[in-house]
Amino acid sequence: MKDIRYIFAVKEAMEEEMERDESVFLIGEDVGLAGGSFGASRGLYDKFGAKRIVDTPISELGFTSLAAGAASCGLRPIVEIMFMDFVTCCMDSIVNQIAKMRYMFGNQYVMPIVVRMPEGGGLNAGPQHSQCLEAWFAHVPGLKVVMGATPYDVKGLLKASIRDDNPVIFIENKTLHAMKGAVPEEDYVVPLGKADVKREGSDVTIVTASRLVHESLKAADALAEDGISVEVVDLMTIQPWDRETVFNSIAKTHRLVTAHEAVKQFGFGAEIAATVAEEILDELDAPIVRVGAPFAPASYSLEKAYVPDADDVKNAVMQTLERSF
Amino acid sequence: MSKPTKEQLIEFFTMMVKIRKTEEKLMEVFSNGEILGFLHVSIGQEAAPVGVCAHLNDSDYISTTHRGHGHAIAKGIDLKYAMAELFGKKEGFCMGRSGSMHLADLRKGVMGANGIVGGGIPIATGAAFAAQYKHTDQVAVATFGEGATGEGAFHEALNFAAIKKLPIVYLCENNGWAEFSPQHVHMPIKDVIKRAAAYDMPAVQVGNDVIEIYEAAGEAVARARAGEGPTLLEVRSDRWYGHYVGDAQNYRGKEVVAAAMGKDCIVDYEKYLAKAKVLKKADFAKIVEQVQAEIDEAVEFARACPFPEPSEMTDGLYA
Repeated sequence: MKDIRYIFAVKEAMEEEMERDESVFLIGEDVGLAGGSFGASRGLYDKFGAKRIVDTPISELGFTSLAAGAASCGLRPIVEIMFMDFVTCCMDSIVNQIAKMRYMFGNQYVMPIVVRMPEGGGLNAGPQHSQCLEAWFAHVPGLKVVMGATPYDVKGLLKASIRDDNPVIFIENKTLHAMKGAVPEEDYVVPLGKADVKREGSDVTIVTASRLVHESLKAADALAEDGISVEVVDLMTIQPWDRETVFNSIAKTHRLVTAHEAVKQFGFGAEIAATVAEEILDELDAPIVRVGAPFAPASYSLEKAYVPDADDVKNAVMQTLERSF
Repeated sequence: MSKPTKEQLIEFFTMMVKIRKTEEKLMEVFSNGEILGFLHVSIGQEAAPVGVCAHLNDSDYISTTHRGHGHAIAKGIDLKYAMAELFGKKEGFCMGRSGSMHLADLRKGVMGANGIVGGGIPIATGAAFAAQYKHTDQVAVATFGEGATGEGAFHEALNFAAIKKLPIVYLCENNGWAEFSPQHVHMPIKDVIKRAAAYDMPAVQVGNDVIEIYEAAGEAVARARAGEGPTLLEVRSDRWYGHYVGDAQNYRGKEVVAAAMGKDCIVDYEKYLAKAKVLKKADFAKIVEQVQAEIDEAVEFARACPFPEPSEMTDGLYA
């Protein structure tokens, strides 16, 4: 094992997959000469050249649809969207084209394409550089949606995503980029569609992903001091999500909190909560509590208050413990 | 550029008639409710797909539009399975999921018609990127109307293709109407080819004449295949019918429609072939008869095919 930063784990995943498979290439704004706005492709241009590390004009729609065309002709593109907010400029590409090309053309295609982007606050970058839009994509049939919370996970998940024959929306988190963690020296993947129990517990289940995994773990540490045992389930894949792991955890704890950085309303927590209510309500001893950002754009000056943190998660756990059916 | 052979000249006529007669048949089965949704026909614009696709191999790519039957037929799509798709049947190329607006057959390089105006332009550009990446001699063609040149997708794709010298031909079929709006409402210029200057891209404008289109496309495709980069090819034509079949066309006068329908690229070409003594009167009738028989057979095949089952709704949604 070695200790590397999250963003370096992203780079290693791309580098190793490009070494392994000639058809893998990276395309996006500033990915080549500049090494990526957040440094995810640093050094890759020197290693693979302009053919496989492709700098583009500022044209998210153009290069994302171009990648879709290339994927349908046998290549395996990795598209980098500089900030998740900018993905809104290529929603036609992702929603109308990439997500549907296999299905609407009668399964003639595979669509092995990964669209990477960092989401979330942490830079005080304001309303158009801080959004968490994973639920949009989870709502579109044909896409997979993946979020890694640690260097180990992000590397293994990205490698699995690149090898997957389906389009994957791969969401990184800006505040995690500098985080260090242990990663194996040898090749490995973290399978898509499987959640990871990051901490075992018996009183309350927290279903979460990405940065909120860490906030949930902090909350769990604090709650443990009060004798409350929290289980933290990191979904890792938002769509399709791992019902078995979530249901098994709830069958053990009988209480559920969902936690994500995206606004609470219509977030992925709502889907988890609705499914649990629909299918295993009788397992629950108390109402479900959801954690998410307030229903407002991310505020430049109020960012700290805006993004959910360990205190918000802790309060949610307390709320579900204070109530019962 | 070499001139078309006699066999090619005859093939152009056959193909144009095949497109015309197929779409006439589609209008008939659409009006009697046998096919559903929207139907956009390219009647009056048959010369462009035929003149361009004559230079393409099966391994070359074409992305088409909502008005895309002509391109798929000219690229060699099998009419029986195309018709089955238009009828929404399971045997259709797209398992009955696409209908007219998303018809595709990858084996023939038909990447798919697109319901989003301009949506196919960067996708075909991606096919050209893949050809360059893999060092094949494949060429891609993106087809679209002048209305699509208002989309960002058009500019983003042409800009990138010009930077990378991608092997692609951008075929703009300018029929003067963007859905219900005439060109002067949505474009400050009369000639789409002017847009190419922004990308330092060669551009050629031709009329609705299959020979003229064939020759211009020949140069553009050869340029692409030789690695010299993209070309914008504008074909000026007329849309005989409305935006879709059933469009009352209240937005344009009867005289405008009559003027459009007064220009017929097939009739003009027939006169040319007769004058050049390539075909005799009886030959034309025989070709039309053969084409019609093939279309009727395709329709009968499509009618006899079963619809997909609701239980198959999500089959293959994920690979």
